[in-house]
Amino acid sequence: MIRVTGLSHRIGASTILHDLDLTLPRGKLVALIGPNGAGKSTLLRLIARLEPLQQGRIQIDGLDLATTPSARLALAMAVMGQQARIASRLRVGELVGFGRWPHHHGRPRAADHQAVDQALDAFGLTPLRHRFLDEISGGQAQRAHLAMTFAQGTDWLLLDEPLNNLDMAHARALMARLADLVRGSGRSVVTVIHEVNYAAAWADHVVAMKDGRIVAEGAPATVLTEPVLSALYDTPIEVARHDGRPLVLHHHRHDDLDAPCPGPATETRLALH
Amino acid sequence: MKARPLVLSGLVLSALILASLGVGAASIDLGGSDPWTMLVLMQSRLPRTLALLLTGAALAVAGVVIQSLVRNRFVGPDTAGTGESAALGLLAVTLLAPAAPIWVRMIAASLAAMAGTALFLAIVRRLPAREVMLVPIAGLILSGIVGGVVTWIAWEADLLQFVATWLMSGEFSGVIAGRYELLWVAGLAALLAWFAADRFAILSLGDEVATGLGLSSRGVMRLGMVVVSVVSALVVVTVGMIPFIGLVVPNIVARIMGDNLRASIPVVAAGGAGLLLACDLLGRVLRHPYEIPVGTILGIVGSVVFLWLLYRPASHG
Repeated sequence: MIRVTGLSHRIGASTILHDLDLTLPRGKLVALIGPNGAGKSTLLRLIARLEPLQQGRIQIDGLDLATTPSARLALAMAVMGQQARIASRLRVGELVGFGRWPHHHGRPRAADHQAVDQALDAFGLTPLRHRFLDEISGGQAQRAHLAMTFAQGTDWLLLDEPLNNLDMAHARALMARLADLVRGSGRSVVTVIHEVNYAAAWADHVVAMKDGRIVAEGAPATVLTEPVLSALYDTPIEVARHDGRPLVLHHHRHDDLDAPCPGPATETRLALH
Repeated sequence: MKARPLVLSGLVLSALILASLGVGAASIDLGGSDPWTMLVLMQSRLPRTLALLLTGAALAVAGVVIQSLVRNRFVGPDTAGTGESAALGLLAVTLLAPAAPIWVRMIAASLAAMAGTALFLAIVRRLPAREVMLVPIAGLILSGIVGGVVTWIAWEADLLQFVATWLMSGEFSGVIAGRYELLWVAGLAALLAWFAADRFAILSLGDEVATGLGLSSRGVMRLGMVVVSVVSALVVVTVGMIPFIGLVVPNIVARIMGDNLRASIPVVAAGGAGLLLACDLLGRVLRHPYEIPVGTILGIVGSVVFLWLLYRPASHG
């Protein structure tokens, strides 16, 4: 499991994370949700050692982030940041191949080639494997990047908003892929998700953050409720149920549609004051 | 299929090497083995050809390295202030310790080149990533400033003629046996870059990806700086500034083969060696028996190719 203790983070004068204590379970699909600026990405990036640790302690399966060499951590967790597209002119297959680098450091073996083939296959990239990254679409490049993370073959996968740039079909396929990874091969996934319904449909564990603090955590049914979400996003939100899971109806309010000039509902206006 | 660019460049290179051994002010019979032919070959033609091969290959590989360090295709080792910094180091040794042996001078030149490259990298890191053209401009300005300092000091110390041999466009007519061998070290530095090719390729994917794969960006940056600086310093000191090779060749090869550096560095090296050799041959035959410096030829050829690279249709879809 990932254990976070006393984690604080500052950028300039503003505090992004306030003394967090958090335990992320192994073998689960964990979704980090919350409004913009809640600190979700910062938390994920700190766990992934993409940002230097300022205060607090992070352990991944007993490996202390502060003392474990980066090369060793690359065998325990793979990470995909929110980075814009990769500018390098690599073929898709070559990029995914670099995901195996922590294992072979330049001398790929049969198992490495096999892992690359599997990753390409899992993300529907086999037909594109010889294409250059700068000659495919943004969504395809993103999938190639994900496949590289996947090929790294680590117990932990940390993803910062992996659904960005993906269309409905690919977004759903990715969530199914992640869920399958967790249920089928016992890996653990932590992902920042903006669209809460993907968390509702696929996550095993949801962590809700706001203003650098954990507001709620637990099973989707206990976190994705009307009172929690309404407070989390400062907007009245309805939650229905679908296939036995929460379905968050956040796109409009009933009275918005009837109003001559759709605007924020009364409660919202009150809440804003 | 994969080896085709390498085989092709190998064939072209072999033809150029033969031509380079045969062409020059003195006429010789390549088939014969009379003392005159052997003297010209062993003392002049072979050293000159080897110097051209080593310089071209090393500069082109240094270009790949610096382009992956700054993640920008529009820089080369000659536009990053590296050569001018090497000259500054050499000038400092000449003034402070005129009797220093050659290896001390080389180390001083390499260290100064390293400091210049580090300064360039520090400046580039602070530039907004979207402004692609600011990187080469920053390099040109830095080169200009360091070059200005070198010229001023040389003027004050009455060493202008001495300095001119480094800062003016390079040429190989002075290369004879015993006066080019340091270039082998530049060749070794390029070889080192090839061994670390995967690391440079990963670094050019971005700091986040590199960290995720457990690679320390800093270590790779340092290695890259050493390669670029050693190559530039030794080339500047031995034959003078050679423009465009480190800029143009990596771009053309990346267009064809992509950025899988482990596969492309040998082709880049062959391409750099071939281009420099071809331009030097051109310089030897255009006004035979007189010579045009290869730096001048390259200035013309290189700028045309560079303009083509700038104005070619973008490949992004």
